[in-house]
Amino acid sequence: MNLALRDVRHNLGRFVLTCLGIGMLLMIVMGMGGIYRGIIEDATLLVDRVDADVWVVQRGTRGPFAEVSRVPPSLQHRVAAVPGVVSSRDFVFHTIQREREGKPLRIAVVGLSWPEDRGDWLPLVEGRPLAQNHYELVADRSLGLPLGEEIQLGRERYRVVGVTTGMLASGGDGIAFATVRDAQAIQLELSGEAVRLEREARRTRARRGQLPLVQPALAERAGSPSASIPALPSQALTAVLASVEPGREEEVLETVSRWSDVTGYTTTGQRDLLLMGNVAKVRAQIGLFRALLTVIATIIMALILYTLTLDKLHDIALLKLIGAPNRVILALILQQALLIGAVGFGVALALGSWLFPRFPRRVILTEPDLVQLAAIVVAISVLASLLGIWKALRVSPNEAVG
Amino acid sequence: MTATPPTPALETRQLTKVYGEGNTRVVAMQDVTVRVERGEVVALLGPSGSGKSTFLTAVGLINPPTSGSVWIGGELVQEGPRALTDLRAFRRRHMGFVFQKSNLIPFLKARENVQIALELGSLGSREARKRALQLLDDLGVGERSEHYPTELSGGQQQRVAVARAIANQPELILADEPTAALDSNRGRQVMELFREIARQRGSAAIVVTHDHRALDVFDRIYEMEDGVIREGQDDLHTRAKPDPPPAT
Repeated sequence: MNLALRDVRHNLGRFVLTCLGIGMLLMIVMGMGGIYRGIIEDATLLVDRVDADVWVVQRGTRGPFAEVSRVPPSLQHRVAAVPGVVSSRDFVFHTIQREREGKPLRIAVVGLSWPEDRGDWLPLVEGRPLAQNHYELVADRSLGLPLGEEIQLGRERYRVVGVTTGMLASGGDGIAFATVRDAQAIQLELSGEAVRLEREARRTRARRGQLPLVQPALAERAGSPSASIPALPSQALTAVLASVEPGREEEVLETVSRWSDVTGYTTTGQRDLLLMGNVAKVRAQIGLFRALLTVIATIIMALILYTLTLDKLHDIALLKLIGAPNRVILALILQQALLIGAVGFGVALALGSWLFPRFPRRVILTEPDLVQLAAIVVAISVLASLLGIWKALRVSPNEAVG
Repeated sequence: MTATPPTPALETRQLTKVYGEGNTRVVAMQDVTVRVERGEVVALLGPSGSGKSTFLTAVGLINPPTSGSVWIGGELVQEGPRALTDLRAFRRRHMGFVFQKSNLIPFLKARENVQIALELGSLGSREARKRALQLLDDLGVGERSEHYPTELSGGQQQRVAVARAIANQPELILADEPTAALDSNRGRQVMELFREIARQRGSAAIVVTHDHRALDVFDRIYEMEDGVIREGQDDLHTRAKPDPPPAT
């Protein structure tokens, strides 16, 4: 006769409430694991999806995600000429914050190298990839920008032509994809007043310097648009991405490493930079918090099981009196602990599956993580029942008589 | 050639129980020697604190004596504080207990309370269930077998407890004021039940009671006072009278 099940049957309300409480606690432990996994996934998502073998960034930086990187547009042609490189393309990445319907809207803007890259690789759930060089965006669903919506960024309005899902930057912001030129414009476009001030500052610098004395034309053009000043560089890129022939990544990196203005990373190197840099502390913090929650869950479960055992001490004494061996009493407590753990885990999974998709950041429940948590729950249940078992085994059958 | 006399169901020799030491030393039971034959039903009387429960827990192998020995079914099982066998297993096979309060396990139904005792006695689940139902039927509570203890009256609970106590056909039934929570008629029925079981199954029953109205049911009476036991009066059948029928 299974005493644990019969006790549960008799005290079903108490059991359900206990499982609900334990389940919610385990859901938080599960959620922490999911958030941890989500951070890693978000951090490396773009690196993994963008399909580049080598990332060429500003010399000495760990760009373009871990820190700011600026490289000249001509770099794309230089990289393309490296033996082993199949193709190269521009890449721009930056984050902006605007206001939409009275709420802050953070967008991670990624520039695609038009026309080679139109975003055909993006996981579209609606619409299409980019079809023209300007004024189109493919936005992630998390940004809340519906298909066809027009949004003012800088001086221009951009229309959402495609919607992706799960495309988030390492900070958890949804990504909007535009052409490289548009991404640069969104990042660097200045207001009219700012342009006027910049031109005036240029004129002042021109008057003070020696160069305009030998090149008077430069002084004349100081107040003109930037594009008409040949000495001024054109807008910078964040990185140049290269697709490399299989097995030749190291060779390409070797070539790039000899250039004094840039640094090259493989995709694996970029992943490491992100995981060791950007999100390392967050990962560590969430990992520690998860461990702490697991310990707390164990303590709470132990207290619950201990209380449940205290409630049954008289019955346990009675069982001993009528000759029940210790294994019967041990099974009563242990089976109940495992039952609470198992049902709690089920509750956590059901609640979490419903609740986590509603969280602002991604919470990813992977099968290995769930299996690991299930094993932890079994361990917690056994560990937590030890206190109750210890108490139960110390009960004298005499207590049933008194 | 002489026939070997049957072994008694219970025999104690100079059982003594002392609590505390020095100034706090209390002798709860002193040199108690009794012999209860199979088929015999014995009452144990005495005021509160006289040592009845100490005696009952000592022969029930729950609370070891300080000195003296306990023999059950001819087997020496306790010698002073030293147990000579696995007491829990011995209780399971050879003893049954009934208390003042029925002491049923609250999360088990009436049938399951009996069935658990049978299963602990190594009976298979199906057979134990069948036997439990039979026992409850025999004791007149068969129709309440699928009810929890809280759904039974005091008398019904006590009958279920008796069924559990006799389930494994023990050699010794120990009952501590089993009728205290019952009215006199119900109390008498329970006492008669013990006698019937003892007669039928060849077991012995020791019943601690304050209820003098049903003393005629017992074969012998022991009285305890200040930890000392002595065999009681032989006029118990004339002293104890059943309650008169209620006036109409």
